[in-house]
Formats: sequence, C-alpha cells, structure tokens
Amino acid sequence: MPEDGTVIGVSIRGLYKVFGPNAAANIERARGGIGKAELLDRHGHVLALRNISIEIPGGGIQVIMGLSGSGKSTLVRHINRLIDPTAGEVIAGGRDVTAMSPRELRAFRQTKTAMVFQKFALLPHRTVLENAAYGLKVKGVKRAMRHAAAAEWIERVDLKGFESRYPHQLSGGMQQRVGLARALANDAPILLMDEAFSALDPLIRVDMQTMLLKLQKDFRKTIVFITHDLDEALRLGDQIAVLRDGEVIQQGTGQDIILRPADDYIARFVRDVNRGRVIKVEAVMQPLREPVAADEARITMGTSLEDTARFLSQSGKTVALVADAAGRPVGRVDAGQIMFAMVAHDRPSF
Amino acid sequence: MSHWLYGFPHIDSDTLFLIKHRIDDGFRAFTGAYGDGISAFFLPLDRFLIGVDFVLTKTPWPIVILAFAGLIWLATHAWRIVLSTVVIFVLIGLFGMWNDTMLTVAMVVVATTLSVVVGIPIGIAMSRSDVLQRVANPVLDVMQTMPSFVYLIPVVMLLGIGRVPGLIAVVIYAIPPVIRLTNLGIRLVDRDILEAADAFGSSGWQRLLNVQLPLALPTIMAGINQTIMMALAMVVIAAMIGVEGLGQPVLQAIANQYFTLGVFNGLAIVGIAIVLDRASQAYGRRLQKHIDVQHA
Repeated sequence: MPEDGTVIGVSIRGLYKVFGPNAAANIERARGGIGKAELLDRHGHVLALRNISIEIPGGGIQVIMGLSGSGKSTLVRHINRLIDPTAGEVIAGGRDVTAMSPRELRAFRQTKTAMVFQKFALLPHRTVLENAAYGLKVKGVKRAMRHAAAAEWIERVDLKGFESRYPHQLSGGMQQRVGLARALANDAPILLMDEAFSALDPLIRVDMQTMLLKLQKDFRKTIVFITHDLDEALRLGDQIAVLRDGEVIQQGTGQDIILRPADDYIARFVRDVNRGRVIKVEAVMQPLREPVAADEARITMGTSLEDTARFLSQSGKTVALVADAAGRPVGRVDAGQIMFAMVAHDRPSF
Repeated sequence: MSHWLYGFPHIDSDTLFLIKHRIDDGFRAFTGAYGDGISAFFLPLDRFLIGVDFVLTKTPWPIVILAFAGLIWLATHAWRIVLSTVVIFVLIGLFGMWNDTMLTVAMVVVATTLSVVVGIPIGIAMSRSDVLQRVANPVLDVMQTMPSFVYLIPVVMLLGIGRVPGLIAVVIYAIPPVIRLTNLGIRLVDRDILEAADAFGSSGWQRLLNVQLPLALPTIMAGINQTIMMALAMVVIAAMIGVEGLGQPVLQAIANQYFTLGVFNGLAIVGIAIVLDRASQAYGRRLQKHIDVQHA
C-alpha cells in the first residue's frame, strides 16, 4: 500500500495536444474536427491527441493500447506532465496536474507518481541499489533509510545479490526489474508504465507481467500501462482504452472489446486473440430455467471459457452450473455455447 | 591606370595609424586607471601560484616523485604509467632540469585548476542556453586560433611582466577545450535518462549533479586533457613575459643557438606532456567504465 494508505484515481478530461510552433491557434481547428493529416499538410502542426477523456479508477490497471504513432506514450506523459497539454485537464487525487506550479509539480512527481520506461533509463554510473533508491534520494530520504527501502524492493523483484552490480552487467529483463524496483520504492499511489515490457523477449515479458500482477495484488496501485501488444493488454488490463491517431476509439474491459468491437479496426485487431482466455463464463451462460440438481458440475463466475472447457472435459460432463462468489447458482453453460463463443464470427470460414 | 588592381586599395596610412593609436591609447589609459586594481584582484592567484611553486621546489625530490607516483596510481590504477612517470622524473633530475621542471609543472597545475574552475560553469551555462552557445562558440574559435603570442601583449600592458600575467595568458589559451567539451558532454546526455530524472521529480540541481555531470564526465575529462596539453604548450611561450620554468632555457637556447640546451629542455617538456596526457586519459577511461558499455 502507498505510505499514506490512499488510492487515488486519475481522470483525463478533454485533453488535446498539438505539436508545433503555434499550437494554441491550431487547437480550434482540431476542435472543429480537422483531420490529423490535413492539419499537418495545410498548417504544419501535428495533432497528437484529440479530445481524450478517460476515467481511471484508483487501485486498478488501466491499459492504454495503440500502435506506434497512436499517441499513447504522449498521453501517459500528460499524467505526470512530462508533456504539457495544449488544452484539457488531468485530475489526480482531486488536483489538476495541468495547473500546478513547478514546485508543486515536482512534489507531485516525487510523492504521487512513479514511472517505468521502455528503454529502462537507469543511471549507468550507479549501482542497482543506488538506482532503485533514486526516487527516494530525490525526495531527500536519508541514505541509510533509502538504501534499506531499495534493498527490500530489489528482493521483491528477485534481484537479491545483484545490489552492487551496474546496469550494463544485467540482462534486459533484469534491468527492467531494477526500473520496476525504482518505481515501487518511490511508494507512490500512481504507477505509470510506458511500454515497460515491450523491449523484452516474449518469455521474459510474460514473467514480468506475472510479477506485476502478483505485486499488484498486494499493493493495489493505480497503474497506467501503455502497450501495443493486445495479449498484454488483455492479460493485465482491468480497463482498456484503445487509441488510434490520437483518439480513443473504444474503452471497456478486455471482454467488452472482444465481444463488441467498436469498429472494423478493432475487430481486425482482436480477431486473432485467444478468446477463450479473455471471455468469462458469465458472458455466455444462460439463465437458470430448470431446477438445480445436486450432482451437477459447478464453476464460479469469472472463470475463463478455456478453463471452463478444460473443467468440463476433465469431469466428463457437457453442462456446468455457474455459481457466484457466494456459491449461489446463477446460470448454466454448455459445451456448445463455449465452443461457439471461442471462435470469432466475422471472418470467412475458408 | 589600373594600379589599384595590383595594390589592394587600403584605408590610407594616416587613418590606419590613427585608429591603432586611438585603441592603444585607450587601452593604456584604461591600464593606467585600473591596472593596480586589477593586479590586486589577481593577488590571490599569485599567492596560490607561489604556494604551489614552493611546495614543488622546496620538498625533497624523492618525496615529490613518490607523491606524483601515488597520485597517478590512484587516478589510473595502471602500473605502466606510474613506472614511466618515475623514470621520466628521474631522467629529468639527472640532466639537471629538476627545478625548472617543477616550476613548469606548478604553472600547468595552477593554470589547469583555474581553467577547470572557470570553464566548467561556463560550459554548463552554454549547455543550458542555445543563445549563449551561439554567442560563445565564435569567441572560443577566436581564442583557439589567435596566435598565442598576441595574448601576451594586452596582458603585459595590463599587469606587466611576471607570473600572474603569464598565468592569465596561459588560461586564456588553454580554457576553450574544457568549456566546449563540458557543453558538448552535457548536451549529449541520453534524453531518456533525463526524462526519468524528471519523472521522479528531480530539481534542476539534482538533474545536473546526479545525471548530467556524471554522464558528461568522460567528455569533460577529454576536454581537461586537451586543456592540460595546451597549457603546457603555452607555458613555454609565456616564458617570454617572465614565466619561470623550462621555457626560459629554451628562449636562451634560441637567442644563443645552444642546440643541446634547447633539445634537453624540449625533451623535458615532452616528458611531462606524456605523463600528464597518459595519466589524465587513463583516469578518463576509468570514469567511463560503467557509462560507455551501455552505449555499445
């Protein structure tokens, strides 16, 4: 838990970012609905973000997904104002980040946010321990205390024994774990992760995701996770916002996005996803029509279709009762429904 | 008819004479009015220089050699460099140039210290302001290309002949590399790392001390190395305005055509140059150990 025990959400409202020498004048053009390409060709300004509004609840993982050039990295940098918006506001813990004075902004970055970077951005001339302690050093925490705290986090990211190594002596995955320890040691309620695992090998990436989910169970931070990888987004995100050309084109849970893609672009995007892993059994179950028998197979809400199918095949049944967390039966699901839901229906069969 | 094609039509000699005179008179008047004040301002430098001279020339020579060997070992951790230092110093001593060498080393040490103390802040300021960089770069170009003898003239007019004017001429000549490379080193620091420092709420000072200067240090060390070499070259020229050391015998050798005297003292200068160059380069490489590998 963050040291003051608070969990704070972030709300982004009406955010615009125009890059160029005369951004303020071009914001009206953007508001008027001019296209990104036209603004660049005719007026020489880059419309990076257009009218972004996202409510990020405290204590959850908000994924912002998009391909390169979609503006996702620009967007996350507005939360700690590494980039100033052209218009709009970012409210974190009841305060408007865009209106903070430089001193307030520094204090906000020191105490409320921490960040993990795609290219790790560790200090090459400092040891692992000193890197992990950097945020605390900036805050003015005494050496002994910050090193103790950093050592604890290094242990939690499984780097014990590497404290006195230098970043270049570690593999990419290990370096990013130092980046993670540095961010977590800062003990801030908001954690910003900018393509944090994108530079890592696929297997290491999955390990890091697992580690993040495990840590998140304990500390419940508000995590904003930027990625271009749909599988990563679906695995980590409590909420996902899909960005294209600087605009949010869909927001919702992973299941929402897969079951009800907002447009063709997203539909194409999600086509090759392993749906059985993302869709939960309650999304396809049927309401109870017949009375419950004592010997029926039971499965809990929130189980993925893949796990439900595995359970059915192992128990030799074709129908299972779906129960809520308290064990009350709420519906039934059969193997045919599961099979139907696990394949996408928008693509030609051959 | 076309004589103006063969002789460049210059401003007429009287006017030119007048211009030069006016400027010189103005400078002389300035010197007359403020010379004493400026001399007083540089008094602490004189004291510093005398102090270093005193330590190097009055300390028994074995202790001086040991101290140099120890310092260089600490800086480089390279036995070869330490060993060459001892050999070079012993040879210089055997050929009777110990005292002059110590005076020259003192001058180089003080001039380099002064260049670093003045040059690094200027370099930092330049790295933060594009305007300042645009203004300072041509000035540095002039400083580096102006024939070094020219510096001696205003300095002598202002402060007379002696150690301090010599020191100032040496510093003016030797300071550009440390300024330039401090500026360059800081500008080349990885943007991603700076962004990370910002993201954790670093202040401008914290950014400078924790990130920019340490990461620029290898480049800055390359600048200091060049500054040392240029200071050494200028010390010999500064002998013309009364700076003691290895430059004096060289001047004497030129005036009297003493070939061997010139060569011996010249070789002593080469010897010091080798020691200082190798030691400062090896030190720079050691600083680079953890920084450079990441770029590779």
